[in-house]
Parts: sequence; structure tokens; C-alpha cells
Amino acid sequence: MKNPLDSLGQTVLLGFILALVAHLLIRAIA
Amino acid sequence: MFVTHEWWEFAFRWLHIISGIMWIGLLWYFNFVQTPSMPKIPDEQKPAISKVIAPTALFWFRWGAMATIITGLILAGMSGFLGSALKLGIGDHVAKNTAIGLGMWLGAIMWFNVWFIIWPNQKKVLGIVNATPDEKKKAGRVAGLTSRTNTMLSVPMLYCMASASHYFAMG
Repeated sequence: MKNPLDSLGQTVLLGFILALVAHLLIRAIA
Repeated sequence: MFVTHEWWEFAFRWLHIISGIMWIGLLWYFNFVQTPSMPKIPDEQKPAISKVIAPTALFWFRWGAMATIITGLILAGMSGFLGSALKLGIGDHVAKNTAIGLGMWLGAIMWFNVWFIIWPNQKKVLGIVNATPDEKKKAGRVAGLTSRTNTMLSVPMLYCMASASHYFAMG
């Protein structure tokens, strides 16, 4: 399987998904 | 007199933002500009990047990362949330501290990646330390993927950093 980090677009998309995960995590902890 | 504790706290925030722009700006330069452009540059012109531009960019990149984490830790200490943030605000129920803490941990992982993975491998790629052609190829791959990892992490890191003061601080 191709590493998604080889694609700049997929790297940025994963970053935005992780930002959403971070938001949910902050709300869940606090 | 403007030189109060509040002013010093703000001064470190200002220096933290300046160094952070130096660091993340160069990270994005590498990932959005330099790396995708390399295959389009004729071989005889590639040394302009690999011998001149990349080493200079890497210098400001790694020291930008160092200045960012140092000013960030001083700022967090002065602001009084360092302890709470490092434990992600768990048990404190202060969303701002959880947000800044998560941002700090993401930034710390990225700083570690710069100094202990990207830079040692780039030294092999650029010929600053001796390496066989095979080792150079492997080092280039490791440095490249770690740089991409940091580009990915920069998005949630900035979400956490900015939202701590400008969204979660609102309650």
C-alpha cells in the first residue's frame, strides 16, 4: 500500500482530520 | 512603565510567534515548494538547491524550532499553565489548558523530529557526515517522511495553539 504521506494533498487532508480529532479530544477531556 | 510582568509575558509570546513562523514557514517551504520542484530542476542545476539553499534553509529551520520551543516553555511558565497543560488539563476542566497542552505536545513531538530524526538524516544526505550511497538514499527517505509527518502535525498543532486563546478561552 502506498504511504499517504507521499502525497502532499493526503498529508494536508490527514492534518485537517487530526485537527477535528483534536477538537473532539479537547471537548471530551475538558 | 510598560516593562511589567504582563509585558514580558507578551514579549515572549511575540518571540514565540516570530520563531514559530520561521520554523513552520520553512517546513512548508520544504514540503510545498522545494521537494515537489526538485524533479523538475535539470540535474546540472540541482546543486544550487542541495549545496546552497537547502543547507541555509535547514539552519534557520532547526534553530527556528529550538527558539520556538524555548520561548514557548518560558511563556507557558510565565503564564502559569505549564503544569496543567503538560498533563493536558486532565482533572482541571479548563478547555484552554487542554487545548494549549495538546498543542504543546504536538509541537514537542515536531521539535524532537527536527533535531533527532530530520537533521541527523539530512546531514548524511547533504554530505556533512560520511554515508554510502545506499545510506544516503535511506536517510533521504526517512528525513522526507518525517518532514511530511511534521507538515501533517502542523495543522492540528496550530488548531490547538490558536483555539486555546481564541476559541476555548471563551468558555
